[in-house]
Formats: sequence, structure tokens, C-alpha cells
Amino acid sequence: MNAIVLALIGMLILALGYRYYSKIVAEKIFRLDPNYVTPAHRYKDDVDFVPTNKFVLWGHHFTSVAGAAPIVGPAIAVYWGWLPAFLWVILGTVFAAGVHDFGTLVLSVRHKGQSVGTLAHRLIGQRAKILFLFIILILVLMVNAVFAWVISNLFIQFPASVLPVFIQIPLAIWIGHAVYKRKQKMLVPSLIALAVMYIAAVFSSEFSFLQIDLVRYMGGENGAGLFGLGAVSTAFFIWIVVLMIYVYIASVLPVWKLLQPRDFINSHQLVVGLGILYIGLLFVNPTITAPATNAVSDVSWFPLLFITIACGAISGFHGLVSSGTSSKQLNKETDARFVGYLGAVGEGVLALISIIAVITFFPNKEAFSASYSSFAAASSGGLGNFVKGASNLAMGLGIPPSISTTIVSIIVVSFAATTLDSSLRLMRYIISELGVEYKIPVLEKKHVATSVAVVSSAALVLLPKGPQGFGSGGYLLWPLFGTANQLLAGISLLLISIWLKRLGRNYMVTIIPMAFVMFMTLWAMFQQVIFEWSWLGTSSNMLLFIFGAIIFVFAVWIMLTAISALSGKYDNKVSSKEED
Amino acid sequence: MLDKMKALIHWYEEVLSMPHRREVASELRDEDDLFLLLLYSEMIGIPNPVYYYTLELYPYMIEKFHDWHLRMGMEKSPLSGFRCC
Repeated sequence: MNAIVLALIGMLILALGYRYYSKIVAEKIFRLDPNYVTPAHRYKDDVDFVPTNKFVLWGHHFTSVAGAAPIVGPAIAVYWGWLPAFLWVILGTVFAAGVHDFGTLVLSVRHKGQSVGTLAHRLIGQRAKILFLFIILILVLMVNAVFAWVISNLFIQFPASVLPVFIQIPLAIWIGHAVYKRKQKMLVPSLIALAVMYIAAVFSSEFSFLQIDLVRYMGGENGAGLFGLGAVSTAFFIWIVVLMIYVYIASVLPVWKLLQPRDFINSHQLVVGLGILYIGLLFVNPTITAPATNAVSDVSWFPLLFITIACGAISGFHGLVSSGTSSKQLNKETDARFVGYLGAVGEGVLALISIIAVITFFPNKEAFSASYSSFAAASSGGLGNFVKGASNLAMGLGIPPSISTTIVSIIVVSFAATTLDSSLRLMRYIISELGVEYKIPVLEKKHVATSVAVVSSAALVLLPKGPQGFGSGGYLLWPLFGTANQLLAGISLLLISIWLKRLGRNYMVTIIPMAFVMFMTLWAMFQQVIFEWSWLGTSSNMLLFIFGAIIFVFAVWIMLTAISALSGKYDNKVSSKEED
Repeated sequence: MLDKMKALIHWYEEVLSMPHRREVASELRDEDDLFLLLLYSEMIGIPNPVYYYTLELYPYMIEKFHDWHLRMGMEKSPLSGFRCC
């Protein structure tokens, strides 16, 4: 099958979903009111609450939610064949992610722009907030550990990408200084920075002395490293230490100095990356060589597929962005459909090109099967396959393979680094919040909270020998990432359902995807916790068992509380006006 | 065509500078809050030797002060000697 046809089918369904389904939800269920005074107007302070043009807000929302996760998940999930991954990305975006992102935005707008965590407290109970904090804490810990490994891995696999990525740091500091101190505009300096990075990429791809290849310096893969670790493990160790020092500094600096301008440069990369891949797809016109369905014996697609692809189909993290930032800036309530639903569609488009890049890369089915020989092989090699597949598409624009591989790996590293930066910052805030909650004032201090975040993440990466070799300790907890993320999405959908029920509206549009996501998540968790990780399981793992069991018990408990909230306790119908 | 191009570039710049603008505005607001506290610290019991002079700024600061206490979640002015609403 031709990959362009697949892309067109996917985009057509996404477009129809936006045109018709989201319109029905907006008009019949949420009943958006163009005259409703949104929090952006009511609490306007020109800082957090600012009425913003819907196109600008959509762009901001999309760049905030798009990262490395919608690339990684689909690149692994094609293990079960491209058809299940494609269907879940497209239908999941239309019926679950779109409604989830759109719904959390509307829910928050109708509740003074409060976040889903605060609303869970209000609608379900106080413990729901602690569950939220706990899940987010585990999520960010996993993200820190795994993304540090992902970046180190890409630095080792594609050493030409190191120099351009490191050049970005002084450039970002320069831009931050120019914009903040000299009040200059950001666009031109950040485009210059991007150009410098890509020129560095061209040179480092062509000249091996510009490639910072730690493994080669230590005598190749079989070379002796430090402390008897071997060359590859030592390289992982060094990169992870460097990354942890970097995130510590980046996290404690004022954001305008490094993080904001770096995000600014990286946002261009999202545009460049999507442009290169979709235009490249038109020129290369590749055929899909991967099988539509792939019968495997080790890990069943049902229910694992639905937690392997989280971002790109439905993701709880999007609800945090929708209700945390975007809801405070919505100009008119009717803009929520454009910003929330279309933001999810943008993420679906990114996941779609990730699937296409991987399934068109292999010369034939045998090569695909050799690379995706087991779920473990898919997990460790998925991202590398995406980089190679994406550079294959970029070659359609006439970019030589060595340069296109470097540029794609820079884009992926940048996405992963942006996620790493923000998740470490988020972890710091959560640790401080827990310090307030449990009256441990020392945790509220910036350097203490940052140290706890960095040391715990580094410990997770380095101490246990991970499933994919030294430095991949984060992967020990990674199976919990999808479940925790989907759980967050399920709870958000549940909150919207409770709110709709209280208003006396039809809440099937949110309760059905909620039931689906929760069922898949709880089933997958139960299966893994009992039959895999427990002492009775096939691959006993106490760390995963304890964390998994805690999340599972929390999830079941919150479901029961929520069902009681849904079925009667809060059965007092209220008018939408009373909500604010 | 040129106008559309300009509009597109303007939109793109707006999208990318939005979080930066918010962060800078938030820092400036914090600085303003601190400045306000320094000016009127006497009213909350912290001795301020130049209170006599800072009080002269009162008419110019009243709107800012009103915004501040609303932002802090207080419907009315918390200071008895500083009435704005």
C-alpha cells in the first residue's frame, strides 16, 4: 500500500472528526456560549489571564503538548503491525483525545481556569488531589530517567548530533539576554540560531573530528571504559552525568535565561520537522513494507497497544496543559473547540507521520520482522528506526542521508530535552508542594527540591541495571508510564462526565472513551502487576510490583469514589451559570 | 499576498513568544509587588523611615494597589489606612 494514501485517509478522518463530531459535542453537549465571560476576561491581569487570539492560542497549545512521546509510542507500537497503531491513533484522536483535551479546557473555563487536579479535589474529594500529585510525580520521575537515557543513546548512536545540540545552549543564552535585557524580538535571532545549528549539523556530519563520539575515543564498542564498565556503558555514564548537571542548572536559572529561548528554537524544529517529513513523503512516495498486522507470541496487543501509544492517541498530560494554561487565555468560550480539539488533532498528525516513517523504512517484511523481533527489541530500537525512517523521507527533499539523519536526531534530541527540562521543573514544584502539604519546609527550598529531583532521577537511571543495558534504569519503571498517563486521562474524562451529569446533559461522549481507556489501563495493569511482576509472575520484579500495585489500588479506589459521585451523591442538578 | 505573509509571520512570532511574554510579565509583577511592599511596609507594621515621602505616591499607586489585593483574593482593601474600594 502507498504511504501517501494512508496519510490522506488518516487526515481525512481527522478532518471529518473536527468538522462534524467536535461541532456536535460543542453545540449539543458543552453548549458553548459566545457571550460567556471567560476567566481570561473576568480575571484579566495581563500575566496569567490574558484574552488571546484563537490561532495564537492553538499554536501555543500545540507546541506545548507536542514532544517526543507521540513519536516514541507509535514507533514501538508498530510491533503489532501498522493497522492497529494507525486505527488507535486516528480513532483515539477523534473520539478520545479530541474530546478529552476540548472537555478539560471547557471544564476549566467554567471553573475559574482551575486545573484538573484542583477540580478533582472539588468534584471527587481531597484524596483525589494527592493521587494526582502521586501519579504526576511518578510520571515525571520516569520521564526524567528515560529521556536522559534516550538522549544519551542518540548521542552515542548519532555522535554528529552532539555539537549542534550543545551549540544551542550559548545561542539560547544570547537570545534570552537580547530579548529580556534589550527588548529585541525573538523571531529573527532564533531563526539565526536554528540556521547555525543546522550548519553545524552539516559540518559535523561531514567531518568526523567534529563528532563527539565517546565510544570511539575509548577504542570502539569493545574498548575498555572507566571503572571496568566498558566503552559503551562509560559513554552512557558520562552523558547522563552531563545531562543531569545541565538540567540542574537549567532548572534553577530564571526561565528567560535559557529554557524559554531554547523552547523557542525547538518550536521552530517542530515546524521544520513536520514540514520536512510531510513534504518529503510527497516526493519520496514510499510503499509500506511493514505488515498490516503482526502475530506475536510474547506481548499481546490487547490491551498493551492502548497504553503503548499514549500521546498521539490520548494523553493525561494534555489535560494538565488545557486546564493549567490554555483555559486562562481563552478569549471566547466557542474558541475552545478550535484550540482543544484541533490541538489534539495536531498531535495525531505527528503520531501519524511517526508511524509512516517507521513502516516505510524497511526494504521488506523480513527486514521489519528482524528489527522488531520481540517487544523488548521494539522498545529499544523504535526510536532509532524512526530517526532512520524519517531521514529516509527527508532525502526526498534532496538532503544527503548522513545530514538528514543528523538533523532528524537533533530534532528528536531537542524534543526529548524540552520534555526533560519541563518535567524536572514540574518535579521540583511537586516536591515543594508535597513539602507544604506534609509540613516539611526544607523541601520548599529551590535547591533542595531540585537536588531531590535530580538525584532521584539519576539514581533511577544509574543504580539498577536496566532492561536495555547500563543507564536504562528508567525503563524499569517505563511500563508504568503509559498506564499512569492513561489513568490521568481517564480521571479527567470522568471529571467532565460528573460535571455534565450535574448539568443534566448527555455525558456519553466522555463516559464511553473514559470507560474504554480505564478498562484497558486497569486490565493491562492488573495483568502486569499480578501475572508478570509479582512473585507469582513470569518476570518477577519487586520495584515494578510495588509501584504498580500502589497505582492500581489508587486507581480502583478513585474509580469507586467517582462512580458514587456519578451515581447519586452529587446528583443535584445545577445550572451552568452556578458553576462559576 | 505580502500582507498575508506578514500576518503569518506575525502569528508565528506571537505563538512562540507567548510563554516568554507571560514569564517576563510574571517576573515584572513580582518586582512590582516587592516595590509596593517596600513603599507601604509601615502599614503592615514594618518600620519604614521614608514613609512620609512614599505616602506622597499614594494617589498614583491606588489603582495598582486595588489590582493587587484583588489578585491576592481579597475583595476589599486589607489596610484600614489605604482605602481604594
